[in-house]
Amino acid sequence: MNADIRPIRTPAEQAILASLGTVPEGGDRLADLRRAAARAFEENGLPHRRVEEWKYTDLRSLMREAVPVAGAAAVAEADARARLLRGVEARRIVVANGAVVPELSDLADLESGLTVTTLSAAIAAGDEVLSRLGGIQPGRYDAALALNTALAKDGVVVTVAPGATIERPLHVAHVFAGAHAAASYARSLVVVGEGAAFTYAESFEGPDGLAYQANAATEFVVGDEAHLDVVRLQEDGTGAFHLATMLFAVGRESKVHTFSFSLGAGVARTSLYATLSGENSHVGFNGASLLKNRQHADTTLYVDHQVPGCESRELFKHVLDDSSRGVFQGKIVVRQAAQKTDGRMMSRALVLGDDAEMDNKPELEIFADDVQCGHGATCGAIDDELLFYLRARGIPMKEAQSLLVQAFVGEAVETVEHDGLREALVERAEAWLASRA
Amino acid sequence: MAMLDIDNLHAKIDGEHGKEILKGLSLKVNPGEVHAIMGPNGSGKSTLSYILAGKEDYEVTDGSVTLDGEDLLEMEIDERAAKGVFLAFQYPVEVPGVATMTFLRASLNAQRKKRGEAEISTPDFLRLVKDKAAHLGINQDMLKRGVNVGFSGGEKKRAEILQMAILEPKICVLDETDSGLDIDALKVVSEGVNALRSPDRAMIVITHYQRLLNHIVPDFVHVMNKGRIVRSGGKELALELEANGYAEYQQDAA
Ligand SMILES: Nc1ncnc2c1ncn2[C@@H]1O[C@H](COP(=O)(O)OP(=O)(O)OP(=O)(O)O)[C@@H](O)[C@H]1O
Ligand SMILES: [Mg+2]
Repeated sequence: MNADIRPIRTPAEQAILASLGTVPEGGDRLADLRRAAARAFEENGLPHRRVEEWKYTDLRSLMREAVPVAGAAAVAEADARARLLRGVEARRIVVANGAVVPELSDLADLESGLTVTTLSAAIAAGDEVLSRLGGIQPGRYDAALALNTALAKDGVVVTVAPGATIERPLHVAHVFAGAHAAASYARSLVVVGEGAAFTYAESFEGPDGLAYQANAATEFVVGDEAHLDVVRLQEDGTGAFHLATMLFAVGRESKVHTFSFSLGAGVARTSLYATLSGENSHVGFNGASLLKNRQHADTTLYVDHQVPGCESRELFKHVLDDSSRGVFQGKIVVRQAAQKTDGRMMSRALVLGDDAEMDNKPELEIFADDVQCGHGATCGAIDDELLFYLRARGIPMKEAQSLLVQAFVGEAVETVEHDGLREALVERAEAWLASRA
Repeated sequence: MAMLDIDNLHAKIDGEHGKEILKGLSLKVNPGEVHAIMGPNGSGKSTLSYILAGKEDYEVTDGSVTLDGEDLLEMEIDERAAKGVFLAFQYPVEVPGVATMTFLRASLNAQRKKRGEAEISTPDFLRLVKDKAAHLGINQDMLKRGVNVGFSGGEKKRAEILQMAILEPKICVLDETDSGLDIDALKVVSEGVNALRSPDRAMIVITHYQRLLNHIVPDFVHVMNKGRIVRSGGKELALELEANGYAEYQQDAA
């Protein structure tokens, strides 16, 4: 390495460095985390295609524009813009430009066993739960997460008491409001106690055509024998950068299921890191991306089996119209101790557009000898024989394509357990199909 | 004017060096008639049925096909269906993830819409399917699955006839609907087809076996060989073919 050759900072990097200058001094653990993250960014900057994990999503060249950190959103605008999942019976919290909007959030009458507070309030109160924050580390430099750690001032902090079953999902509605591009950072923490059951949903949206940045990271600490379902719906504006990180620490004999639905943003990167450190857990990390025009969506998974007897399933679907680009990178690591691991990862892409592109990179890294692991990837157009069959029964071309795309995506969406959320996702897929030219 | 008029039809596999399959085929079908087409493997029977339905793998190089005087070959696939063309496939495909009921309803409503008719109401639709399915021995479990998914060969053929009964087409083309059916199923399916015989509906029944024609008695039997109809006659022609095979026609054509 030639240490004294420094890359030229892009305008976007310069703006971020200026924002990082505001990271406060102070002695607590959180301040230490922030400073370490800021330093990591100063050293590494935005990732580019020579950084393996960002090979297909060259953030440095995609994100050129310098934008300031977003200020507070107007409450009325945030309210008007936060439309997603409104029909779902859930406790709703609105996070606008990275800050919880109390006027729009349902923080009262919490079910017994549930606590919900804001990150800023938890910091101000010196809440003990914050000792968990930053506890799950990806084990490698992740620019999106580093920036989030350094710059996020607010978000949602949730705890579910051991043994509690919370029927009603908690829905965190992230929204960007404002007329000028800016960067928002939200950091959330969800701690699910031993034997508890909980459903967490998050949605993202904002104005079209504006190059705003929505950076959100959520850490999930899942106790032994707990059950957690996570549903995320990403419909950020067409010009937006969506940078999301989900981190999971999964205890013994627990069940975790996630579904990540990505329809929005100009460029979206969703990273999911999971550490399976308790035996005999079942995890399912699923998702789908429906892309059109020049949209780019990257899903990168890292599942680390550290202990024996866990089962992991990953199923991701991409539907690529026009000249959109989908990226799936998935890595399952099975440590030497993790005997009897059962891991299966599958990525399937349906290419509708002539200029669309899919990059698949599934990987297995296995150090144990008694395991069952596999991965696969497919990429293809709609089957002409199926299309002909439907059309021969009178179904017009576009409707026939829609039925087949729905069927394709449906296989993944069906894994969502909560009826209301699943139906809402199906409805969003239908709306996407209806909007196709 | 014949309802379906195929005149001197020439067609080849699409593409630069596509082989010619239909070589001057003519056939007139009037309302109420049932025509059987028999002929050796590879003579072009399925190709004819695909071209009528509008499959895009073929190129018509000469001749014409009209339905009620309208140029069928100019129509989109779904438009043909709405005009009353129905092909019961020799090999129906499985469509995973599209529920049979969703598919049936989408088909029926799309056709109605194109004809300027109102969509069918949910109760009427459910009643219609239940009634037709019962006659064909199709159980509710099959209707809940994806289209043809996991159906046995015989079940797929029954499902094709169910679709036909629901869509009530004008011209039904049945491509080897009897293959893969056991003796009892053959009876059930034939009864289903016979129930659809009507003075305004015509049928083209493609088969290799005279046995089917004992159940679905045709008005005409045609022998197809190398892309042409080489002989036509009444239902007794099928018996003759059963006894003698196609040797005589194949020599003629060579
Ligand atoms: N898409 C295609 N590509 C290449 N060859 C084709 C194609 N479709 C049909 N053929 C050829 O055209 C000829 C006629 O086929 P077709 O399926 O129409 O015969 P058939 O009379 O239905 O036969 P069978 O009785 O076996 O069902 C065959 O030689 C077949 O291989
Ligand atoms: Mg055939």
